[in-house]
Order: sequence, then C-alpha cells, then structure tokens
Amino acid sequence: MIFSKIKDVLKGLKSLATGLGITGRAFCAKKVTVIYPQEEVDNLSTFRGMVELIGKEDAPEEPMCAACGNCAKACPSNCITILCPIPAKEGEAAQMGPAPQKGARTPGRFIMDFSLCCLCGQCIGSCARNGLQFSNDPYVVSFNRKDFQFDLLKRLHSQAHDRSDSDLPKAKPE
Amino acid sequence: MPTLDPIAMLGDRSSVRFEPGPTEDKMILNMGPQHPSTHGVLRIMLELDGEYILRAEPILGYVHRMHEWIAEQKTYMQFIPNMGRVDYLHAMAWNWAYVGAVERLAGIEVPERAEYIRVAVTELNRISSHLVWWGAYLLDLGAFTPILYAFDDREQILDILQDVTGSRLTYSYFTIGGVYNDVPADFRERCIKFVSRMRSQLPMYRDLVTSNAILRGRCEGIGELTAEVARRYGATGPVLRGSGIASDTRTSEPYGVYDRFHFRIPTYTEGDAMARYRVRLDELETSCEIIEQAVANLPEGPIATKISRNFKPPKGEASMAVEGARGKVLVHVRSDGGPKPYRVKLRAPGFSNLSLFPELAQGTLIADAVSILGSLDLVIPEIDR
Amino acid sequence: MNAFSLLFTYTAARLVLWMVLMFAFVGLNALVLVWVERKVAGYVQLRPGPLHVGPQGLLQPLADAVKLMGKQLLTPAAGDKVLFWAAPLLAFTPVMVCFLPMPFDPRFNPLPMNLGLVLILAFSGLGVVSLCLAGWGSNNKWSLLGAARAVAQSVAYEVPLLLSAMAVAICAGSLDLYTIVGRQGGWPWQWYGVKNPLAFVIFLICAVAETNRAPFDLPEGESELTAGFHTEYSGMGFGIFFLAEYANMVIVSGVAAALFLGGWQGPFLPGVWWFLLKIYGILLFIIWLRWTFPRVRFDQLLNLSWKWLTPLALLDFALAVVMAGMRI
Repeated sequence: MIFSKIKDVLKGLKSLATGLGITGRAFCAKKVTVIYPQEEVDNLSTFRGMVELIGKEDAPEEPMCAACGNCAKACPSNCITILCPIPAKEGEAAQMGPAPQKGARTPGRFIMDFSLCCLCGQCIGSCARNGLQFSNDPYVVSFNRKDFQFDLLKRLHSQAHDRSDSDLPKAKPE
Repeated sequence: MPTLDPIAMLGDRSSVRFEPGPTEDKMILNMGPQHPSTHGVLRIMLELDGEYILRAEPILGYVHRMHEWIAEQKTYMQFIPNMGRVDYLHAMAWNWAYVGAVERLAGIEVPERAEYIRVAVTELNRISSHLVWWGAYLLDLGAFTPILYAFDDREQILDILQDVTGSRLTYSYFTIGGVYNDVPADFRERCIKFVSRMRSQLPMYRDLVTSNAILRGRCEGIGELTAEVARRYGATGPVLRGSGIASDTRTSEPYGVYDRFHFRIPTYTEGDAMARYRVRLDELETSCEIIEQAVANLPEGPIATKISRNFKPPKGEASMAVEGARGKVLVHVRSDGGPKPYRVKLRAPGFSNLSLFPELAQGTLIADAVSILGSLDLVIPEIDR
Repeated sequence: MNAFSLLFTYTAARLVLWMVLMFAFVGLNALVLVWVERKVAGYVQLRPGPLHVGPQGLLQPLADAVKLMGKQLLTPAAGDKVLFWAAPLLAFTPVMVCFLPMPFDPRFNPLPMNLGLVLILAFSGLGVVSLCLAGWGSNNKWSLLGAARAVAQSVAYEVPLLLSAMAVAICAGSLDLYTIVGRQGGWPWQWYGVKNPLAFVIFLICAVAETNRAPFDLPEGESELTAGFHTEYSGMGFGIFFLAEYANMVIVSGVAAALFLGGWQGPFLPGVWWFLLKIYGILLFIIWLRWTFPRVRFDQLLNLSWKWLTPLALLDFALAVVMAGMRI
C-alpha cells in the first residue's frame, strides 16, 4: 500500500515536471500573435464587413439598385433607409419618400445605419438584382455616432473614382 | 454598524430565503453578478460555514434579452441572426435548431450539399466551443496558460469559418432551406489540415493539464453526479454523459445526415468533474472524426432551397432538437399562418444543467464550487435568453 | 574625536548607506521583476508580452507605476480606516529589515550579527499580519476569506521553512548567513543544495507558499476570490502590496541562494554578481511555476504542508544533525 502511494506521488511529480517542460518549450517557440498596427492579418478578403452597394458593370458610379425596398423590409434591425422622389402633381415641389415609389428606378438616397447593423446578410439575400455585397473593411471606427450613418451612394461614388484611374480597362483606340 | 435589511433596501424577493439568520457562524456571500468565474452574469447566493457551502442558489435574469418575444416581432428570416447570439460559442447549433424547426413546419427539403456543410461547420464550431470551455475552466482553476494555447488552435477554426461564413463568432450562416453561401474551394484541405493539427495538439493538452497532479486534485471526486439525479434535473450533453448515460441527440434523434456518419459517443461513469472534463476532451476527437467524414463525402449540388420572399409557413407547430456543445438544444416554433412566428420556445441546455448546481455544491468548499460550475460548461446568456 | 565616536559614525554611515542602497535595490528590482514576469508570461503563452512602451516594453513597469500613483485612493466607507491603510505599510516595512543580513558580498557587512537567518525568518512572518489587517479592514467578505486563507497558509508553511533552513544551519554550525555562505564553495558539489537536496526542495516549495505565489496563491486567488485580500485597494495601495510581494520574493530567493546555492561563491566573477545571478535564477523558476500550474485547493494546500512537508523536513533535520555530528 505504501508502495502504491509512493508510486502515485512519483507519478504526480513526473506530471508536474512534464508540465514545466511543455511551458518551457513554448517559451522558446515562435510567437503566434500579429503585432497590430505594424502588421496586419492576411485573411481580410473573406471578412464580413459593412454592407455596400455594387455598381453597374459599364457605369460603376451608378448602383445596380432598383429601389424596390426589399432590403429595407428584410433587415431585422431597420437600418436601411432608401428614399426616392414621390411622383409629384403638377406645380407641387418634389418630395422624397421611402422606397418603393412609383416610377423610381434608382434610389435618391441610400442610408445605412451601421450602428444598428448586425451583419446578418438578410438584405443581401433579399436583393433581386444582387446589388449589395459585404465589403471587407474591419476598420470602421469613429468617435462620433453620426459617422455610422453611411451614405452608400456617396461611398459607391468615391469607390468608383478610386478605381477609375487604376484597373478599369481603358477604351481601346479604334 | 447599522443592520442592513436587504428586503427593505432592494425589494428583492429572491433574497427573502436568505434572511440574515440568528446563527453567528454562518455567512451569506454573494458570488455576485460580477465574478471572474461565473462565465457570464450569474449571481449565486451562498450560505457559508467558513469555506463550506451549506446552501447555494443561482439567481438568473441579469442577461435576459427577450429573444422569445423578439421572435414574435420579426419574420422567420429576420429572426435567424438572433439565434447566433443566444449561445454565441456554439451559434451554429442554435441556428440549426431554429431553421430546422421552421423547415419541419413548412415541409421544406434541404439539399444534400447543404446538409453536409451544416454538419461540418457545426462540428467545427463545437470544437471551438470546447476549446473555449477548456481554457476558461483552467483559468478558473488558476492556470493562466492553457487558455492561450486553446485560443491558438481556435484561431485556425475561426479562420476556416471566416472564409466560409465571413464571421468569427456570431454566425448567421444558416437560412431556411439550406445555408447562406457556398464553402470556398479549399475548404476540404483546410479541414483535413486542421483535423491533423488538432490531433497532434491533444497529447500536449493531456500532458500539460489532464494528467497534471494538481488539476486531478481539483477535479477528481468533485461534484459527483449520479445518473438518477442527472435524469431528474433534465441534464443533457457532456454533463449527462459524464454520469454514465450514453445519450446524444445525434444518435438518439438523428437529424440532418448524422445517421450516415460513424462516431463514438464518449461516456464516463464516475460522474465527477473529471469525468465531464474527459467527455469534452474526447468529444474533440469525435468531432474531428465527423468533420473528416463530412468533408470527404461532400456532394455537389445547390446549397439552399429557394423560399418565397413572403415566407408564410402553414399553421401548426414543429420542434427540432440538436446536440449543442452544452447539451440538447431544442427550438419549438408555432405558426398561425402569418409571416411572423406566433411563438418560438428556446430550450437552453444550460438552464437544466445549472439547476443541478445547488445540489452538487452542498457541502463543498468554495474552490470546489468554482470547479463544479466550470465543469457544467455554462454560458449564462444562453440560460437567460 | 575619540575612538568610540569614530566607530559609531563609521557604523552609522555604513548602515545609512546600506539602507539607501537597499531601497534602490528593492525599487529597481520591483521594476525589473514586473517586466520579467510579464515577458515570461507572454513568451510562455506564445505572445511577445509588453512591446510598445519603450524598447521591448522595458518602460512598461514605469508606465504602470505612474498609472498606479495617479489613481484615486478609495477607502471602504464601513471598513476600519486605520487598519485598512496600515496594512500596505505593514506589508512593506519588514521587507526592508530583512535585507540587513543578506550576504551580498563578503567585504560589505553593514551590521554584523550572528542571528541573521533568524532575523529574516522572523520578520518575513510579519507579512501575514498585514494580509489579516487588509482582509478585515476592507469590510468585504471576499477579502475576509482571502485573509483567513492567508493566515492558515502562512502558519502552515512556516514550519517546514524553518526546519529546512535549520538543517543547513546545523550543517554549517552558524545562524549567520555570511558564515553559512563562507562554508560553501564555488562549485555545485560544494553547495548545501547538492549535499542536502531534500531541504532545498522543501525550502523552495515553502518559499513559493510564503510569498503567496501560484500554485499557492489562494489568498489572492484571482479567479475565485476576485482579488482576495487586496480587492478593495486601488492605486498605490495595491501598488504597495504588489511591491511587497516582489520584494518578498527577492528575499526568499536571496536566502535560498545563500543557504543552498553557495551565495557569492563562484569562479571568475566577483561575488556580488554570482549572488545576483543565483537570485535571479531562482526568481525565474518561481515565475515559471506560476504560469504553468493551476491553483491547489485550500485543504490540499494544508494537507501538503502538515502531512508531507513537515514530516519530511523533520526527517531531513534529524539526518542533518547526524551528519553534522559525524563532521560530513
């Protein structure tokens, strides 16, 4: 009995020494962290970032969006607001109202409140034209809550401009 | 010192049972909503004699987010992201349970490719949940290093799941009729590579922690749970399997394509914290086996059955149970024919597992109470919903 | 100026110089040890530890100290104010006394006494009183539990600590640390740690337990008792406990190095460098232990001490007496 007890004690001590060995080896091993901001992670291309509009193939400044309002209805958090001109009677000033509006084929304003968005993708899934996509941008930060109400049309516009002098195919000379 | 009357001060009805009694050698201690080891916002009232627990009572409700009420305000599709937040560590299981219940209600058939993908991502998520549990349990017990080793392995899973779903924790990847998007082309190799890496790490976990004399002293013989007590409280999952009952929803009520896979159900009979610990570590190996089989046989095909934009399931009710990392997750959906559910009932396995705690903790030390809580693998937001 | 006043001034000047040096040593050590601990913790956990404040994070402890000094000092309203604030001071003061008999170098002995070992062991036992005061004065049940655990733990581990130190003292025939070091040699086989390894192991375990370091850090049990006896302290109150813990670690490592590893003895380098090297070797080992093992449970802690360490230490003491008697 004493013998088995001593064996237990020795087994316990050996397990402690093994544990020390493992942490000792980890001490000398390569570090696995990425030191932000000097380095960045390399798999951001699949990150589910903020929702943005997709531009048309031939006119990247214009969204494919047809202002049908499906995405605004599908969103669980009511963060999408699409405004289109209401068909005005003769003489009355044009007003904006929520999509869909009769005769409106393109959105007048497309606001997304990112502070409410939960990145569920229901808006993207409900778009009949595949006009929305997830961007890959994790760095949406600000000190001000108002900055999170994104004007997606303006964003599309500036994205098209950034791309216009880079990789869009230039018209071939005839 | 003025006497403090908790009832008068707070109007807290739940404190009534713990009146400061006339005996002087008992102390009432609040393992408060803020505590490093309660895994969420859980309050446990303890009546102590020195360090021995005479009575323990968990008090819930600090993270009640009214998910079931929200379900009645949202359409069926709009409610899916909520399910990822109920138990954020095994979000895929809750996703599956809800979506499966709605599919059963509406009689929607899910394509085979989607079923296999569902199995693969749910098992990956289960491994990441168990790794978090393992690390957090050891953190409660005072070992500060294993959680970081676990998180290093978990990063691989999160990277794979990010490439598949775009998210790293709160997945809303399932949709009624299938999954949201297809897996990338290298999904199969990455899963196989991950499985072999996980298998090579398991001996290190065993050497560093499982056979460690100090850990065995903290876990062996602690919180002994007999099979009848477990049954009486409705415990499920590793808590039940650690007491000798080999019950797993994946084999007892097979759902999806689980009946096509061969895997072991780890069961231990001792019923103490060490048995539950071993069950979960063996489940890491089981999940690896399932993932291997799932990605090896991934068929081609569509990934979702299309449903109408104004989805209105027929009147009736249906429920679906899946095996979550913590136990049996059950979602019961009742429809009145409209676009929004009439009632969604979420059954959290943690609720039944936590109700075991007062009985298990009686007569133990506080340090043992921490060990028992950790071995039950609770996620309080899931319990409170 | 007669001879007496000359001697008096010389002694007093040496003492004052020693105290100033020791304050500087303790302060610098605290900074260095905080950095070493965080770096070792980081490296063991596969991450780099502090990196950004100064080169390789060397100025991080300074930033921490400035932060701690800038925090508001809160006192629990219903607690005992005097006891509450006496506790950190009491934690720190005995530590300074314990540095007096430390054998850094054979040439510089500020206060020759022949009971150096006893002085250190006596004053290091005072630390637990401060934990008691902290736990009681905080008016917090968690702190009280931490303090109660601390008392039982300290008392339990004093006994094997004393016995293993006495075993070496018997072998060396003196309680003066300078003499004990002088009896050892520069090479490992001449150290008492090698001649009496059981005493060395017991002393190290008790040292870790006396300084409340993991795996015996129950009084401050971070994940069970929130922060144990120093839950209610903010800012510099916590800072002083922190400093005292590191200073205590240095003291027990110093005693271990002097008793078991030959102190200043060693080839090539002047003595004080060997002593510091040995102290830091033991300190690194203690830090390594912290980041590897989980915490033991309270009754297991006491069982280990009373049922295992004390009988073994008694046995070892008896053996040491016999061996000393046979002039080995």
